[in-house]
Amino acid sequence: MGFIGETVDSIKSIKIRQVLTQAITLGMIVTSALIIWKALICVTGSESPVVVVLSESMEPGFQRGDILFLRMTDEPIRAGEIVVFSVDGREIPIVHRAIKVHERGDTKAVDVLTKGDNNDIDDIGLYAEGQLWLHRHHIMGRAVGFLPYVGWVTIIMTEKPIIKYILIGALGLLVITSKD
Amino acid sequence: MHSFGYRANALLTFAVTILAFICAIASFSDNFSNQNPSAQIQILNINWFQKQPHGNDEVSLTLNITADLQSLFTWNTKQVFAFVAAEYETSKNALNQVSLWDAIIPEKEHAKFWIQISNKYRFIDQGHNLRGKDFNLTLHWHVMPKTGKMFADKIVMSGYRLPNAYR
Repeated sequence: MGFIGETVDSIKSIKIRQVLTQAITLGMIVTSALIIWKALICVTGSESPVVVVLSESMEPGFQRGDILFLRMTDEPIRAGEIVVFSVDGREIPIVHRAIKVHERGDTKAVDVLTKGDNNDIDDIGLYAEGQLWLHRHHIMGRAVGFLPYVGWVTIIMTEKPIIKYILIGALGLLVITSKD
Repeated sequence: MHSFGYRANALLTFAVTILAFICAIASFSDNFSNQNPSAQIQILNINWFQKQPHGNDEVSLTLNITADLQSLFTWNTKQVFAFVAAEYETSKNALNQVSLWDAIIPEKEHAKFWIQISNKYRFIDQGHNLRGKDFNLTLHWHVMPKTGKMFADKIVMSGYRLPNAYR
C-alpha cells in the first residue's frame, strides 16, 4: 500500500494544469500562425501572398532578402507588371516583369513574356522545354509592395539548415524551461 | 516581471512596432506627392520591316524619346522603371503590348532625358498583321520605393502608323 500511495503522489505532483496550459498555449501560437496565413491567402487571392527574393535578377529594384507582397485579382495582366510565376519542373516561383502581352479577343486568354530587369535576355530559356509564353495558370500573383531586408532570416535558414535546427532547439528549450 | 529577458523582449517588440510604423508612414507619404510627368515620342525611322520565315511580322524602329519624370521622385523613391510599349489590336488579339525600350532611372537628376535609340526588344507580331497598322506608343513608369507600395501609370500617345509595304 505504501508503494501504491507513493506512485499516486508522484503522478499528482506533475502539475497537470501547468503542463496543459503550456501545451495549449503552444497550440494556440501555431494555429494562430496558420490562421493568419490562410486569411492572407483569402484576402490577396494569391496562393503565395508573401515571397522572399532569392536572386539578383530584378536589381536594383528588388534585392536578395526583400519580401514581396503579392495580390492576384481578375484584372488582366498588362505589360510592366511584376508577376510571380511558376514553371513546370521548377519548385521555386520566379518574380519578373512582363514585357510582352498578347490577349485574345474572344477568350481573353493571354500570352505573356517576362524578363528580369537586371537580366540581358528574356525568360524563354527559363520556361519549360519548348514553351514560348506564360499563360494565366502559370501566374501566381503580381507584386504590389515590398519590405527590404526582412527576408534574410528565411534565406539564412534555407541555406544553412544547421542554424534552423539550432534556432528551433533554442526556442523549444525556452518553452520547456520557462515559468510564468 | 522585471527579469532581463522580459524587459529585452518588451523593448524589442516596441522597437519593431515603431519600425513598422515608420515604414508605413514613409510609404503612405508617397500619396501626397504632386506627380505631373511629361513625355513625347517620335519615330525617326523604320529601319527595316520584314516577315519572318515562319510568318510573323517584325519591325525595327528608331525612336526619339523625350521625357521629364522628375516629379515621380520622393524621398522614399529607390528607382523609377520607365519603358515604352507599342499597343495595337489585331483580328485575333484584342490587345497586343510589346515593350520596345526600357530604362532604370536611379536618381531624380537622370529623370529628365532625351534619347534616340533603336528598339531594345524585338517588335514581333503574333502573325502578319503589321502592314499599315495603326498603333499607340505608351510610356509607362513604375515607381519602386525604398519600402512599401509600388505605383505605376502611363502616358498614351497615338497616331503612329506602320508602312503598307515591307522594306
